[in-house]
Amino acid sequence: MIYDEILVRYGEISTKGKNRKLFIDKLKSNVHYVLKDFPNVKIRAQRDRMYIKLHGEDMDEISKRLKKVFGIQSFSPVMRVNKDIETIKEKSAQLMKKLDASGKTFKVQAKRVDKEYPYRTNDLNQILGGHLLKTIEDLKVDVHNPDFELKVEVRKDAAYLTCEVIKGAGGLPVGSGGKAMLMLSGGIDSPVAGFLAMRRGLQIEGVHFYSPPFTSERSKQKVIDLSEKMAQVSGKFTLHIVHFTELQQAIIQHVPENYTMTIMRRMMMRITDEIRKRRNGLAIVNGENIGQVASQTLESMYAINEVTNTPVLRPLLTYDKNDIIDLARDFDTLEISNRPYEDCCTIFVPAQPKTKPRRDKVHLYETNFDWEPLIQQAVDQIETVEITSKTGKKEENEFADLF
Amino acid sequence: MIYFDNSATTKPYPAVLDTFVKVAGQFFGNPSSVHHLGLQSEKLLSQAREQIASLLRVDPEEVIFTSGGTEGNNFVLKGVAHLYKNRGNHIITTSIEHPSVQNVCKQLEAEGFHITYLPVDENGQIRLSELKRALTDETILVSIMHVNNEVGAIQPIKEIGQLLSTYPKVFFHVDHVQGVGKVPLDFHESNVDFATISSHKFHGLKGTGAIYKRKGIKLKPLLAGGGQEKDFRSGTENVAGIVAMAKALRLTMSDFERKQNTLFEIRDYLMNELSKINGVLINTPNIAAPHIVNFSVEGYKAEVLVHEIEKEQLYVSTTSACSSKTDEPSQTILAMGLGESRASSSIRLSLSYANTMDEAKEAVQIIKQAIENLKPVMRR
Repeated sequence: MIYDEILVRYGEISTKGKNRKLFIDKLKSNVHYVLKDFPNVKIRAQRDRMYIKLHGEDMDEISKRLKKVFGIQSFSPVMRVNKDIETIKEKSAQLMKKLDASGKTFKVQAKRVDKEYPYRTNDLNQILGGHLLKTIEDLKVDVHNPDFELKVEVRKDAAYLTCEVIKGAGGLPVGSGGKAMLMLSGGIDSPVAGFLAMRRGLQIEGVHFYSPPFTSERSKQKVIDLSEKMAQVSGKFTLHIVHFTELQQAIIQHVPENYTMTIMRRMMMRITDEIRKRRNGLAIVNGENIGQVASQTLESMYAINEVTNTPVLRPLLTYDKNDIIDLARDFDTLEISNRPYEDCCTIFVPAQPKTKPRRDKVHLYETNFDWEPLIQQAVDQIETVEITSKTGKKEENEFADLF
Repeated sequence: MIYFDNSATTKPYPAVLDTFVKVAGQFFGNPSSVHHLGLQSEKLLSQAREQIASLLRVDPEEVIFTSGGTEGNNFVLKGVAHLYKNRGNHIITTSIEHPSVQNVCKQLEAEGFHITYLPVDENGQIRLSELKRALTDETILVSIMHVNNEVGAIQPIKEIGQLLSTYPKVFFHVDHVQGVGKVPLDFHESNVDFATISSHKFHGLKGTGAIYKRKGIKLKPLLAGGGQEKDFRSGTENVAGIVAMAKALRLTMSDFERKQNTLFEIRDYLMNELSKINGVLINTPNIAAPHIVNFSVEGYKAEVLVHEIEKEQLYVSTTSACSSKTDEPSQTILAMGLGESRASSSIRLSLSYANTMDEAKEAVQIIKQAIENLKPVMRR
């Protein structure tokens, strides 16, 4: 264990004026959540930096988790060492060796916070630079554009060495910007939309439409697994599972085939909006992408969006499919999304869905049947699951003794 | 009973057997079935994959389940050779590999591939310079075992991986069957592309194993069929065996954390005490795995000695179990240049974390006595 703490640099938070405290508190609690199974970790959030004291916990695992937390620009593992110059020399070399610095360029940037320390900043730069040049093969100095910048800060209690800068996920801390409902089908797009919304600070709850026996238990599991990935961002994720079978069957029976898709989307939007109201959310997020499929033409959006005046956020609206796939890979959801199970969007797809549905037709067909009781029933029977990043797959606990 | 033949196979941990029985009995559904029973089995399978991946420090998608070490080695060697033969027809391996690598190479040789068998030094290690010299434009695969099954020699896998990382066309396979749980190896750090493990070498059951295949690399499947394991290895998954393997690996790794020093102590004790016996020569090199002690008793036929020792309920091997039936001299010891007579009189003691120092003390006495008993009949 060579590292003692992690220094975390905030992203855009730094520019958020009066809200700053709120943002930092939120980030701190998200980090806390994500690292809650490391009991010895201590988190100290200051105005411009956050420090995570490791106290012997596993740096690699913590680093892996921090990379997923929004609101972090970058972070650096820090080594705390004794202040005498020989120790600092030895430890700097050790650190650079670990980073495979041979053949690369570097510079040393020392800072003497403890003004009683016998070596001045420039002395330190020279002593350490010289030592590293001597001990590490083929290492060169480049003060303008170095591969590695070794920072040495001498404080009262000890000297702190950092070198590696690990890129964070950027964005704003989840929960700093209010709550929205994400329509989560299990496909490639919707989880990506969720991640992008979270990256801008929104707190997201998932809404999934489940239609047994037309969709299988596996498709539900897929959504739970996706939720587990989303939970890694802030430590937890709420998923609402709507039992949609009866309503879906009624749509098939009472609406002309080419309009079933449009009206089904309207029903989903109504139900999601109702859940939003109950959960005190302020917006709906979905994975729609203009022109991708029949339900995502501008005409379709116009016909479907009519049912609510709640803001419907579509983070993927203008992306190309390939870019979305790349993002899904980055967020590590692609493999789950690619599992080949039917979901609520792929069953009952009419042979020729309307790509240009008309509002007047939609209104006419919706008078065919009294939908309200079925909508209410669907909302009342919602199954809400709290998913935490650690125990995402709750059923698996039943197998715990087998492993 | 003292069981010192753990490199042949290990005794399954009772907890592992419990898991096997429970899964085989209760979760018998085919993971490919669409119903609930199938889903249960699929979940068990994916949890097992995650656990094994995390213990080996790789990604779950990099683990492919097989029937064991022989299949794993066949799979990788033939899969690479056949898929990438348009890139070249040269494969490099060592002269001390397990038969499941060596004989596959012979098969490939018959198909027209050119094989280089690297020699080893008296420590049982290959030389990097020799590997470097052997690499050509035609080379597509280097297959080198981590821990030798006969004498316990360790190959410098990390250094080899570093060297090979500068040859982008060459894949690197490591037979890690003897090393897993005993000598740590980080596949990612060591630039390993493929590795083979087998469950029954770490207290799991026979008939289950896995290969590690670095993300994104294509490999030609050995078996065609229903497309299980993402089309890489068809055949209904042995769910019970696989879950049992996940548990066995977890228990072995935690034993490694707690007992690796004890294992070294026991091995060192055995090496020390055995070397004091008249006529005994230690074949295990200085840099070696903590669980294998190989020695020869000059003038003694190994098999006779094994049987004499067996009378006292101490179970050991002549060379490796896989080749010992044919009564041939140890390939590894020959390759190390220790001579024919040592190679044909060698005995292997192989340990697991279940063994104790008391057992080692008793074993030394038994071996001493056995050598003594046979003295009149063995011509020296």
